Amino acid sequence: MPCFERTFDICTELRFPTVREWKQARPGGKAIAYFPVYAPVELIHAAGMLPVCLSGAGDRLDIQHADARFGSFICSIVKTTMEMGLTGYLEPFDGFLFSSICDSARNLCFVMKRNFPGMYVDFLHLPHNPSSPAAAQFLAEEYRRILVELQRLGNCQVHDDALVRSINLYNRARALIRELYELRRRNPEMVPTGELYQVIRAGNFLPVEEHTTQLERALAQFRSRSAKQRDSIRIVVEGSFCEQPPLPMIRLIEDAGCYIVDDDFVIGQSWFDSDVPTEGDPLLTLATSYLDRSVYSSVRHDFRKPRWEGLVEKVRRSRADAVLFLIAKFCEPAYFDYVPYRQELERAGIPHLQLEFEEKSFTFDRLRMEVETFVESLVFD
Amino acid sequence: MTEKKEYRGSIHQRQKDLMLAWYDQLDQAANTGNPSTVSMMISGNCVELLEGFGAVPLYPEINALQLAIRHQSLEPILAAEDLGYAADNCAYVKADIGCILKGITPTGGKLPTPTLILCNFVGCNTYLKWFEHLAKLQNAPLYVIDVPFMRADEPSQSDLGYVVKQLHEAVKKLEQLTGRKFDYDRFRQAVECSSRSEELWSQIKHLARRSPSPFDAYFDAITLMGPLYVYRAKPEGVEFFEAALAELQAKADAGKGVYEKEHFRLVMEGPPPYPYFRTFRDMFAKWQACAVASTYSTVGGLWEFGFRHDPDHPFESVAMHMIAQNVTNRNFLQRYEQIRRYVEDWNADGVIIHFVKSCRLFSAGQGDMRDYFTKQLGVPTLYIESDLEDPRYFAEAQTKNRIDAFFEALEHAKATASVRG
Repeated sequence: MPCFERTFDICTELRFPTVREWKQARPGGKAIAYFPVYAPVELIHAAGMLPVCLSGAGDRLDIQHADARFGSFICSIVKTTMEMGLTGYLEPFDGFLFSSICDSARNLCFVMKRNFPGMYVDFLHLPHNPSSPAAAQFLAEEYRRILVELQRLGNCQVHDDALVRSINLYNRARALIRELYELRRRNPEMVPTGELYQVIRAGNFLPVEEHTTQLERALAQFRSRSAKQRDSIRIVVEGSFCEQPPLPMIRLIEDAGCYIVDDDFVIGQSWFDSDVPTEGDPLLTLATSYLDRSVYSSVRHDFRKPRWEGLVEKVRRSRADAVLFLIAKFCEPAYFDYVPYRQELERAGIPHLQLEFEEKSFTFDRLRMEVETFVESLVFD
Repeated sequence: MTEKKEYRGSIHQRQKDLMLAWYDQLDQAANTGNPSTVSMMISGNCVELLEGFGAVPLYPEINALQLAIRHQSLEPILAAEDLGYAADNCAYVKADIGCILKGITPTGGKLPTPTLILCNFVGCNTYLKWFEHLAKLQNAPLYVIDVPFMRADEPSQSDLGYVVKQLHEAVKKLEQLTGRKFDYDRFRQAVECSSRSEELWSQIKHLARRSPSPFDAYFDAITLMGPLYVYRAKPEGVEFFEAALAELQAKADAGKGVYEKEHFRLVMEGPPPYPYFRTFRDMFAKWQACAVASTYSTVGGLWEFGFRHDPDHPFESVAMHMIAQNVTNRNFLQRYEQIRRYVEDWNADGVIIHFVKSCRLFSAGQGDMRDYFTKQLGVPTLYIESDLEDPRYFAEAQTKNRIDAFFEALEHAKATASVRG
């Protein structure tokens, strides 16, 4: 499976080889890094730039400077991002975009601004009150503001038809991910998450055109597989929407007797539950899509429909037996949501297990034991 | 050098009376359903709007800090952790949720289920979660006012228009829930009262520029903050701040400071460790170190640099206050600038940065802040860590050692500088 070998390198290499290649092929081309979870990548793409989702540094980088800037009780991805900036790893980028996901990431945006004074560093305010009729217009204006900045940076003009082209491209990639997830729900034995995850995460670093090709190939490969069903329980993984668990941890969960039939890993790659419309003002359709087509997430607030209803629906839709909360250490949005999630799962009679990780974790013995015990408790229930 | 002294004027008693009267109103609301009550967050609160309905604010943060200061926060925190909250969740939230679960209140009186849970989101993502959880737990209606974060020096017209529209939507929601029509004149009068309270409060804060400062702009300012958030939009608030200003002005005019001799002038950054409030204060009193300015006292509003609510533009000025004129919705570099201005204009000797594990809004990146003040500006800076609500995170001996070492170094630097002339 050459496709999966390459995605492993893309996902684990800290020096962003795909970004460097892309820039080498396009002298003067700009790359914009965005901090998870969601960003309107279409704006960056339509400006002729490469959007890249920062994904931390796993266990491949020693923290030498960032601890002193961020202190205790702050999650790893905030520190590894800062460290990568201070040690030259983020050199391929021409700008950084952050959004209102949590207080630590928000403060990181402004600390980066101070430490990289020549750099374009911006903060996107994503609305927390989708019930307001004023929210869509506000967000469209916010997108327009960022587009103006990108045009200035790239010395270019972005017209509506370019935005529509970009929306179409990303719609295609997101639709493929939805298809892959659907296939995994139907036949999890054919779509191991350890592999699927890499293909999707590679989208953090690849141009969308190339990623789409990879997704198409992966879909064809998974579909053509004949795999025997294992005696595994079906689980939904929840809580890894920002900082990502180490890949061996995902494989371990599967090896311990779980089919991961749905998850929120790198959820920004498949943020919408249906295509963004391509009729009308593209900035407004992107804005209304954020308000009305986004998947539920711990970093998006919509009091019209509580997230815990979204989780229970996801469990039902994927016919899962249980939920595994896989939460990054010091991730406050995930810690908070765990409480109502847990209450609603218990109300619905759905078993769950909570585990904590750091992107830099490298020993998983205890975790394996906990998952195996959990699986056994369900199998022999 | 030990000196444990603080100012106890009549304003402290008046403050207590006002806050008890507020709790009485909440108790009455719990017992009779009257008046209507609205849960809000302290930061950038829009208490003026509530006056248009004769509704009383309910501030979970004030309840939480009252418990911590009385050493009663651990029990509710543990109750919330039993429910599944993590050790690293904000302890304010845990204390508040735990109190509801266990029926604990700061005064022993009752607290009502609010008519509306109005999440005035201003920069603090924890607020959103906190109020979602409260709405679920109390089965009360929730409305979120989404306030765009300060990502530029000034808010845009789009930011302002968005918040104004939501304020009107919140008014409609409150009309439905209270069954009362919004009294625009009363709202306008409330905005007028706020502008007067704010002017007085600002004058009080500027008194701390004198040497010696007549009050501690961290520890004493906290005493005045309760009335600022609950009463600033009422005539009682204006009267309170008139009396406070007169009292402190007289003290300043008489050349009286917080200590017999004001030895150090400080800017304080971050919330205090409420469970060890007294102990923490004494660590500074020992060195006759007086806070002349603090960022925490600008959580509810930043008024010392000139902003006032405007009765001629009531909705717009409420929106402007929520977006741009409170420390929590301003970005981290704007906070650096605020502290820098305090150091220069309030003539401070150093900055104390208190990292609290509960509050990432305040604390994430404070190491970079220290780097900026020490390396870029050459301002002596002390960085210490504990928590604002959870008593388990206060290392008394270690904190004291660090504070003592900081002042010893500062004293040495002062002595050396005076010898050098």
